[in-house]
Amino acid sequence: MNERKSINRTHGPDAPFGEFSRVGKRARKVDSMAVATGQAMYTDDIQLPRMLHGKFLRSPHAHARIRSIDTSRAEALPGVHAVVTGSELPVAYGVIPWTEDETALAVDKVRFVGDEVAAVAAIDEDTASAAVRLIDVDYEVLEPYFDPQDALVHHEPAIHEGNRKGNISKHVLLEFGGVDEAMAASEVLIEDDYAFHGTAHAPIEPHCAIARWSGDGVLTLWSSTQIPHYVHRLLASVLGLPAHRIRVIQPYLGGAFGGKSDPFSHEFCVALLAKKAGRPVKMLLTREETFYTHRGRHPMQMHFRTGCDAKGRITAVDSKILIDGGSYSSFGLVTTYYSGQLLCGPSDFPNYRFDSTRVFTNKPPCGPKRGHGSVQPRFALEIQLDRMATQLGLDPIEFRRINCQSENTQTVNGQTVTSNGFLQCLDAVEEASGWKKKRGKLPPNRGIGIAGSMYISGTNYCVYPNDMPQAGILVKLDRSGLATVFTGTSDIGQGCTSVMATLVAEELGLRLDQVRVVTSDSDLCPVDLGAYSSRITLMAGNAAVDAGRKLRKQVQEAVAEKLEIAPGQVMLADGFAFDREDGDRRFTTQEAFQFAEAKFETLSASGSYNTPERGGDYRGGTIGASPAYSFTAHVAEVEVDPETGDVHVHKLWIAHDCGRAISPVQVEGQIEGSTYMGVAEVQLEHHEVYTGETAEAGLHMRPSLLEYTLPTTLDTPELEALIVESIDPEGPYGAKEAGEGPLHGSLPAVANAIYDACGIWMTKLPFTPGKVLAALKAHQAAGSSGAPNEGAN
Amino acid sequence: MRILHFQLNGDDAEVAAPDHWTLLEVVRYRAGLTGSKQGCDKGDCGACTVHVDGRSVLSCLTLAADIDGRQVTTIEGLSNVDGLDVVQDCFDGAGALQCGFCQPGMMMAARQLVTENPEATREEIKEALASNLCRCTGYTKIYQAVEEACRRQRQCTTERAGGAP
Ligand code: FES
Ligand code: FES
Repeated sequence: MNERKSINRTHGPDAPFGEFSRVGKRARKVDSMAVATGQAMYTDDIQLPRMLHGKFLRSPHAHARIRSIDTSRAEALPGVHAVVTGSELPVAYGVIPWTEDETALAVDKVRFVGDEVAAVAAIDEDTASAAVRLIDVDYEVLEPYFDPQDALVHHEPAIHEGNRKGNISKHVLLEFGGVDEAMAASEVLIEDDYAFHGTAHAPIEPHCAIARWSGDGVLTLWSSTQIPHYVHRLLASVLGLPAHRIRVIQPYLGGAFGGKSDPFSHEFCVALLAKKAGRPVKMLLTREETFYTHRGRHPMQMHFRTGCDAKGRITAVDSKILIDGGSYSSFGLVTTYYSGQLLCGPSDFPNYRFDSTRVFTNKPPCGPKRGHGSVQPRFALEIQLDRMATQLGLDPIEFRRINCQSENTQTVNGQTVTSNGFLQCLDAVEEASGWKKKRGKLPPNRGIGIAGSMYISGTNYCVYPNDMPQAGILVKLDRSGLATVFTGTSDIGQGCTSVMATLVAEELGLRLDQVRVVTSDSDLCPVDLGAYSSRITLMAGNAAVDAGRKLRKQVQEAVAEKLEIAPGQVMLADGFAFDREDGDRRFTTQEAFQFAEAKFETLSASGSYNTPERGGDYRGGTIGASPAYSFTAHVAEVEVDPETGDVHVHKLWIAHDCGRAISPVQVEGQIEGSTYMGVAEVQLEHHEVYTGETAEAGLHMRPSLLEYTLPTTLDTPELEALIVESIDPEGPYGAKEAGEGPLHGSLPAVANAIYDACGIWMTKLPFTPGKVLAALKAHQAAGSSGAPNEGAN
Repeated sequence: MRILHFQLNGDDAEVAAPDHWTLLEVVRYRAGLTGSKQGCDKGDCGACTVHVDGRSVLSCLTLAADIDGRQVTTIEGLSNVDGLDVVQDCFDGAGALQCGFCQPGMMMAARQLVTENPEATREEIKEALASNLCRCTGYTKIYQAVEEACRRQRQCTTERAGGAP
């Protein structure tokens, strides 16, 4: 690893003045009033004067070469103001700089049904749609690849023809310790195949972007992106524009879950359309289009072998994983690493190997969905653990206790674990669920199951290598008594705007109404890398504390002078600055800020955070490295209908170790929302295209919220969120992530509960009633040995 | 194109809109009330829920021509100068607002329930909100918000009737 300048600033877990006044309180969000009253402006709510509307022409073929495109009839349609095709935006890009294989519009080839081919801007959506139908494209249709196994062996022609490795997008093979010897010496060895299907993010807000050029050639882009900074960088490179001539603004965002992380075709196309038309242009994707834009959960076929000794200590884990990447790289390089790198806790094992291969197929591109890359192998591993426990006659919770790694340790793949509250998580769900009274004791077809998991609080390194901070923040204090926080963090519903306000308020002794937060505007806010990999609370949170603390010192000094006491004796709380020893000697915040402004001139401070050096000393060892890891335990209670094969999930208890809960209400919301989303993947949701030699090949089978069966209130189990606080030395006041970790265990906990209910191991998602019934039948036929039912599912 | 006359959040509205436009398009793009959201434009998500004559409808499936002469209430009409509606306040208080995109529709659906059945059980709340999808919350805090709104609505009714609070 290269030496780099360390600007890692963490300030310890303690409250600045002995007791927290804002942190850990059940407060309302600072920006929720606008949402509750309908005033919050999301991207599609913005209407600019003279604004045009854009539409895409998308490929009807899964795999084809473009021989020619003729846009003349579209251009001639009254009301059409601009048309763009791939040759005008030929610069390849990708969110990961090593795998830039996308273009804003297809240049010479289309790679999935729905790939963007041309874009039109017209006076309204109807005219733009009519114009799109007038574009003539001559395609040379190629054989499509839908099966990743097939794409792995056949690649003539390859989906990406310049790719040296045929249709292989990324291959990672890493081994730690000696897996084969350890496996051979194991008392119990469990070996099985697992399948995870593709699923979509489906935020209720569809993607939308608006571009406007000013008279002096500055481009402003409003976009429903969760990573404005990467959009900014790639707009500059694709449009050939200096980055300082671009302003990117993320308005209120209607959910993302990873699905708005990539820079998208519509963001580049609105920019060029607006330039050509000389008018602002908006593109709003239809719900159907969002299912093609996709970047959802990667389907994975997984072979797992796990061994343990007679006492139940895991000796080795070995996996071979085939990842269906869809048509482009997206974050796939990272996905491939994450499919192995994030598995090495909370259960500890001394020997580990993973062999993961991501292949391209002619399907909508996969990408990062909540719990990026690690939800799938976690599903497999946690079922393996239960099978070992069962074989040894151990209680599955006890089995996990036996194998739980400690705090302040190194995982087998060289990652540093600081705080670790997994044991408390196990205790909490065991107690809350009534596990001891239920496990193995519920009526027939009713069962209870456990799973554990870990997740990163941000990835240690930026996707483009640099020495600059991962998070920056500016805080301005003014004589009105207001603190304004300028932050590039993306609030996507997870509530980071409130978290930033809470942290600054805590440092400066303010009420929340004395702080306002300006977010996600590249002209106004310092760079923050955005809402991905659960990084904001820890990283931007540290930056917020950093800036707040600098200003606090100045305010304390100024007030100390007035009160003629030592600065350390000045306390700031609830909108006042006062003498710690005599609370009656006090000033309002407004007065205090004025003293400070008089003493130090205009008051502002920046705060920064970068990660400490972390990661294993091997190629790829920094991928999966994080300043701190969260831990989660899930218990699920289910009922299986032996007549229909329907699995009804009654309730989940989820204990999540988020370090310090800055905002407990929001942490609970993240736990509930994550688990809801995970359970939805068990039986309901499936992102799938038609295959075979039919006219529909490559078309999405369920491109609407109804057909995709997004869970309603009636489909969602009862959820009980339990917060565990292991105070972490790296986090702001000890905080870690809460947004993604609590998804992982929901699926294997259900699978393990199904075993407790009726003795079958379900290993291939989704658990459709048909598969469950087949497994039940096979189980009955085999006698109730509890053997796996591979043949059945 | 046709001219529509209706009541929008208590005010007289006169709007010209193409014949095929929906009520959602009229409130968002003609009246400029962008609180009502479009999540799917085909009746699946409920983000566009508004009240017509006091009842919840999906405005993306309602032809604008059909609202001529009727009373339309959107999320912007739920609160008034006296402050937030009890439903808005309870949603905020319970932490039910994450990204908020489903919420204008969700709160309009909840408002109808709270008005018509302030005694609603958890099961009845689930039934009443079953056509409003939320992707963020897992619904738990939404139930808590609606239960609290029902409680406050009952309290209000008791107080108005002069009974014990
Ligand atoms: S926009 Fe009307 S139901 Fe989705
Ligand atoms: S709060 Fe985001 S969809 Fe409901």
